[in-house]
Parts: sequence; C-alpha cells; structure tokens
Amino acid sequence: MIYWNSLGDFLAMGGYGHYVWGSFGLTALIMAIEPVVVARHQRATILRLKRQMRAESRTESPTRSPAEQRNTAA
Amino acid sequence: MFRIITAVIGRDLRLAMRRQADIVSALFFFVIVVSLFPLGIGPEPDLLRKLAPGVLWVAALLATMLSLPRLFADDHRDGTLEQLALAPHPLGLVVTGKVIAHWLVSGLPLALVAPVLGIQFDLSADALLVLTGAILLGTPALSGIGAIGAALTLGLRGGGVLVSLLVLPLYIPVLIFGAGAVDATVTGLGGEGHLSLLAAITFASVGFAPWASAAALKIALE
Amino acid sequence: MKDRFNLYRFASPATFYPLAGKMIPWFVALAVVFGLAGLYLGMLVAPTDFQQGEGYRIIFIHVPASWMSMFIYLVMAFWAAIGLAFNTRLSGMMAQALAPTGALMAFLSLWTGALWGKPMWGTWWVWDARLTSELILLFLYIGYMALTAAIDDQRRADKAGGLLLLVGVVNIPIIYFSVKWWNTLHQGSSVNLTKSSMAETMLWGMLLMALCFWMYSIAVALMRARTIMLERERHTDWAKALLAGEGA
Repeated sequence: MIYWNSLGDFLAMGGYGHYVWGSFGLTALIMAIEPVVVARHQRATILRLKRQMRAESRTESPTRSPAEQRNTAA
Repeated sequence: MFRIITAVIGRDLRLAMRRQADIVSALFFFVIVVSLFPLGIGPEPDLLRKLAPGVLWVAALLATMLSLPRLFADDHRDGTLEQLALAPHPLGLVVTGKVIAHWLVSGLPLALVAPVLGIQFDLSADALLVLTGAILLGTPALSGIGAIGAALTLGLRGGGVLVSLLVLPLYIPVLIFGAGAVDATVTGLGGEGHLSLLAAITFASVGFAPWASAAALKIALE
Repeated sequence: MKDRFNLYRFASPATFYPLAGKMIPWFVALAVVFGLAGLYLGMLVAPTDFQQGEGYRIIFIHVPASWMSMFIYLVMAFWAAIGLAFNTRLSGMMAQALAPTGALMAFLSLWTGALWGKPMWGTWWVWDARLTSELILLFLYIGYMALTAAIDDQRRADKAGGLLLLVGVVNIPIIYFSVKWWNTLHQGSSVNLTKSSMAETMLWGMLLMALCFWMYSIAVALMRARTIMLERERHTDWAKALLAGEGA
C-alpha cells in the first residue's frame, strides 16, 4: 500500500527533497502561523474593546439603568 | 449629452493651462526616465532597439500616473465635485469629459515627444510611426482606468502611491499590446493586430471606466 | 427553531458572530481530516510520476493553493456585488476577512511554482502565462488590502474596496488573455504544464488537499471576520453584552 521502502527514501524524494520539502515546509509554516496570528489579534481586540468599554462606563453617569443604556446604544 | 462633455473638457483645459508647469514636468519626467535607460544598460543599438518599446511604454504609464491624483482632488477641495454630483446630468458624463481632458494634457504630449525619444533608441521610421500611433491609441485607456483609481483614493492620505498600487496591475494589457505593436513592427511581423486590440481596450475603458469612476466618486463623497 | 428561515437574520452580525464561532471548530476539523487523508494518499501511497519523478508531489499543494487564490478572489467579488447591491454590512467584512488568506494563497502558489519549476524547467521563474497571471493576482490582492486599510470610514472602505474588486474581476480575464498572448509571442517553445493522465490516487490526493485548503480558508476567514465584526459593532448591544459576559 505504502509506496516508499524506507524513511530515507521518503525524505530524499528521489533527489527532489529540497524542492518538495521546501514547498511543503513553507506551506505548513504559513498555515500554522496564520491562524495563530489571527487568534492573537482577536484576543488583543477583545481585551482592548473591554478596556474601552470599562473606561466609557466609568465616565458615564452611574445613575442610568442598564435598560436605558441599551436603548441609547441601539 | 455632448454639450456636457465638451463643457467639462473646456473647463478642465482652461484650468490646466493655468498650471502649465504640471504638464511640462510630467512630460520631462517621461523624457528623463526614457533617457536614463541607455545610461544604465549601455549604448549598443541592437539592444536599445529591442528595449525601446518596453522602456517607452513603462515610462508612459508612470508619466500618466503622475497627474492622476490631481484629476479629482482640486475639484474635491473647492466643492465643485459635490456640485457636479448633485447636478441633474449623470456624473459619468462629467467624468468622461474629465478623462478626455486628462488625456489631452497628459497622453497627447507623450505621443508627440515619443518619436523623438524613439530616435535615441535607433528605431526605424516605421517603428516610430507605430510607436506614436500606439501611444495615441493606448493612453486614453490609461486615463480612463486611472480615473477609477483616482476616484477610489480621493481624499486619502498617501493617495498618490495608493493609486499606483491599484492602477498599475490594470494597465498591464495596455502595456502588453502597446509595446507589442512596436515590437512586432521592429521584428517585421506588423503591428496591426496589436493596434486593433489596443483600440478595443481603449474604447471599452473610455466607455465604461467613467461610470465606474462616477460610482467610486459617489462612494467617496457620501 | 421556530422562526422561519430568514437570510437577513443570518446576515446580521449579532446572529452571525456566535454562529461563526460554533462553525470554526468544524471547519478546522474538516481541514485536518482532509489534509491528513490527502497527504497520506499524495505523499505515501501515490506512485511516482514517470516524467517528473518525485518532484511532481509539489503539485499536491501548488494546485490547491492556485485554485484557492483564484476562488477566494471570486468569492470576494461575489460579496462585493452583494454588498453594493443590497447594502449589507456583512459582505464588506467577509471580503476584508478573506483578502489576507487569498493573498497568502497566491504567494504560496508562486513559491511552490518556483520550487517546482527549478528542477523541472531548470529555472526558478519563467514568464509563463499562468505564473505571470498569478503574480498579477497577488498585486490585485495587495491593492485591495492597501485601499481598504487606507480608508478610515468603514462603510466607505467596504464600498470602495467592493468596487475595486468588481473592476478587478472584470479585468482578470482580459489580463489573463493578454498575458497568454504576450507569452506565446515571446516564447519560442512555450513550457507545457498540462499534466499527462494522472493516476487515480494522485487525483484523489489533489482533490482532498484542495478540500483541506478550502476548509482551512473558510476557518481562518471566519476567525478574521469575527474580529472585524466585534471591532466595528463595539457600540451595539450584542457586542457590549458579549464583551461584558466573556470573563473580565
């Protein structure tokens, strides 16, 4: 079923090892890094928005009820 | 319909005449860029003859792009553009007029200077004729497509660089057929096929691009 | 679910945000499953190609990356058309979320194409019609991202970007055919990329890899779309409730 005889053969890729693994390696690297970057950006955005929201609610008058706030936000 | 277009052309030309320095500097930019290439490559006539179509065309693309950010910016600053957008006649016609005016002050001068520069590259008389014809035919498309880029980037910081990022990839067909026509003449294949395709691209882009630019202007003015 | 199926309901960020959050793990799982199956078939089972040797295995990622780079641009143009026609908020966000992944796919396609070309053609880069068009596609992605990044007003960014995408999509066939024509004129013996009859395992491997790339792109684009959505909708109720709820 498996085409290769040994791990060495597999890694050598019939002499094309550099090209094949260079392609697969960079693709794997990009596909590993891109989601991490996006996820980190999302976490950072959520944290920043939370800070902003807390700062805004502190400056707002505390007498307003949550229902009122919801109405004005919409 | 033609009254609107001619009125816009007349107005833009009058405004351009008050700022002749802009036209002249774009023209000299073209001349200088083209003249720099032999200094970088070497004076062998065979090599220069092969490079001439590409060099002249790339320089023409860059030279027409220099004046693009100004296409709508002045009218935008003094509020004329908003007036025009609110006027009853379609904005696309106004933009058509502006595109034609832009070509008259940026594309047409290039076509007039190009043969002189072609001589520097040792082009034959036939090739010079085709070069002038190709630039005459192709530059209206550059003004048309460029207007879309200018409208999209209206009022943005760093608009000039942005226009080139947006517009240069779209200029590629014009470059290919424009330089191809001259190249085909140099190698004796005849450039008629290229020239007719170039004409088709020009008609399509001068016909459609102003309407896309008008849509982009409305987005920018909202 | 009691309420009728309503497209506008799903197109509203308040519904879409949690829905996308639930969908992402599934797309990730599908990408991993398809990817493992495709790699197994393509790298371990598929026999060698008698013309290209083992170097042909690069196409298992080169072809999917090229397909995705073109497909993503079309999807972005589709969202742009919807956004300009119906003025939906979601479409601009989706187009912007897709763009970086599309650009990366175009880049990967060029990179793997170069690594495939070096042993096969003896050079990293040829001005082949496909490679050149792929490069121009990358430029179009960069132009779109530069334009949307330069506009502060999000509504204008969406609309201007959408218009640029539509102009680009009209131009892509013209650019492709002009480059192709230019290529045949300038290259005496043009390189032939057409693949001789592929073994069935190779074809399956490639299709599975293409599915993997597709699912991956959807997952990353949804993640990015969620961030964009939250950022833009930060003053709305649902975003505030969500930010308040999600642990301090």
